[in-house]
Amino acid sequence: MALHVVEHTSQLVLVRLNVNGVDRALLVEPRVSLLDALRERLALTGTKKGCDHGQCGACTVHVDGRRVLSCLTLAVQAQEKTVTTIEGLADGDRLHPMQQAFLDHDALQCGYCTPGQIMAAVACVTEGHAGSRAEIREYMSGNLCRCGAYAGIVAAIEDAASKMGRG
Amino acid sequence: MDNFTYVRATSVTNALQAIGDGSGHGNGNGHHGRFLAGGTTLVDLMRLDVLHANRLVDITSIRELQTVSTTGTTELVFGALAKMSDVAADPTLLRAYPALAESLQQAASEQLRNMATLGGNLLQRTRCEYFRGTSYPCNKRSPGSGCAALAGLNRGHAIFGGSDSCIATYPGDFAVALAAFDAQVDAVSPRGARTIPLLDLHRLPGDTPHLDTVLEPDELIVRIRVPVTPLGRASTYHKVRDRESYAFATVSSAVAILVDGGLVRDARIALGGVATKPWRAPAAERSLVGQPLTWETAYRAGTLAFDDATPRTASRFKMSLGPKSLAQALMIAKERSER
Repeated sequence: MALHVVEHTSQLVLVRLNVNGVDRALLVEPRVSLLDALRERLALTGTKKGCDHGQCGACTVHVDGRRVLSCLTLAVQAQEKTVTTIEGLADGDRLHPMQQAFLDHDALQCGYCTPGQIMAAVACVTEGHAGSRAEIREYMSGNLCRCGAYAGIVAAIEDAASKMGRG
Repeated sequence: MDNFTYVRATSVTNALQAIGDGSGHGNGNGHHGRFLAGGTTLVDLMRLDVLHANRLVDITSIRELQTVSTTGTTELVFGALAKMSDVAADPTLLRAYPALAESLQQAASEQLRNMATLGGNLLQRTRCEYFRGTSYPCNKRSPGSGCAALAGLNRGHAIFGGSDSCIATYPGDFAVALAAFDAQVDAVSPRGARTIPLLDLHRLPGDTPHLDTVLEPDELIVRIRVPVTPLGRASTYHKVRDRESYAFATVSSAVAILVDGGLVRDARIALGGVATKPWRAPAAERSLVGQPLTWETAYRAGTLAFDDATPRTASRFKMSLGPKSLAQALMIAKERSER
């Protein structure tokens, strides 16, 4: 969905939120999704638009520490909330253990679903849902990978879970 | 997607005032005010131009609707805004009412369950491709336009409760489990409060398939209540899907039994994925009472449950899949009755 300037500024809503540790303020139409606000307004294009209908998981981000779909979240609903995207995972040049594990296990091919996979995977571990391969598969089922890199993804999550100290 | 006015409500009173200003006479899909909770159905369908609204009243900040109590002696109480993922992990539910917890855990994905609320989940709209695709006739979306599913791709459509106007399947899981436990739904509107039995919440399509439920556009579900019952422990939600996870039910069975002295004393059976609304199977329930639960009695109950179904050519396979999966569910419940 292309964003455009509306003439009636009374229709715009001021949204204050924290994204990857930085306080941001945005004037948006109420219909703008959190996904579009991140990508088009804040230039955080790591979060991907796949289906835009809550079916593929490519747009997964964390809001107040929980994984959600940013395509079905209105930006106004992130008012006063803390958002973490794929750009906020690494510690400077040091990759998050999940990012490193995805590299180590070749857990991607084209890479389009990868930011959503990694955000879901981090949550999968912190929720305590990475106890077995079967549990990982079940709790990662909301993230589709058309390249079929699932075997690598499961292996990466198993590996990262041990390094993250939980799961 | 329409633009709309956005209002955040902080109390139920506040929400009813806000929706009152924006509601009008709608056909269920029209341009009136709507309550916004998790948004997983509403935002999706508004983006598809299937649903419209001139005002959204965001109710997610109403704290009084977020509480859940599963340890009471007479009933379980679920605030309408409790998140599916939180309730799916409730330790009391997992132990004492596994069918309820499983119906939530097996629905959608963890991302969606973190967003979606129990009240909103009950009101989830059908996944009928013709309802979601605006280039087709659909009486549910556009009353009087016809039903493309009757002679179309209807493998996933209802074999119970359909009409000449609509055979769209009710897609939810939690409501099916609630149906087995005779849950009640508390709702409020500017005209006052009322309690609706879960089984009366959803309408049969008849010749008004655009009306999914008996709720008015300005009426808000505030809580769901389930009477405490000894049938909870030996219960299960058995969901058969085209893929192992993250899919709507092809056939699902919510079953609960009470076994004493080797005989079934009471049984509850509700079906999902096969009907236009959450569907109870009373003849199948009665057939089990006073009998030992064996594969034979379970399968007979399954056959009885699907006896009066009206399958289409593409959904005829559910006449064999349905009874078998219901019998499997009953055997899982039996195992639980022996623990």
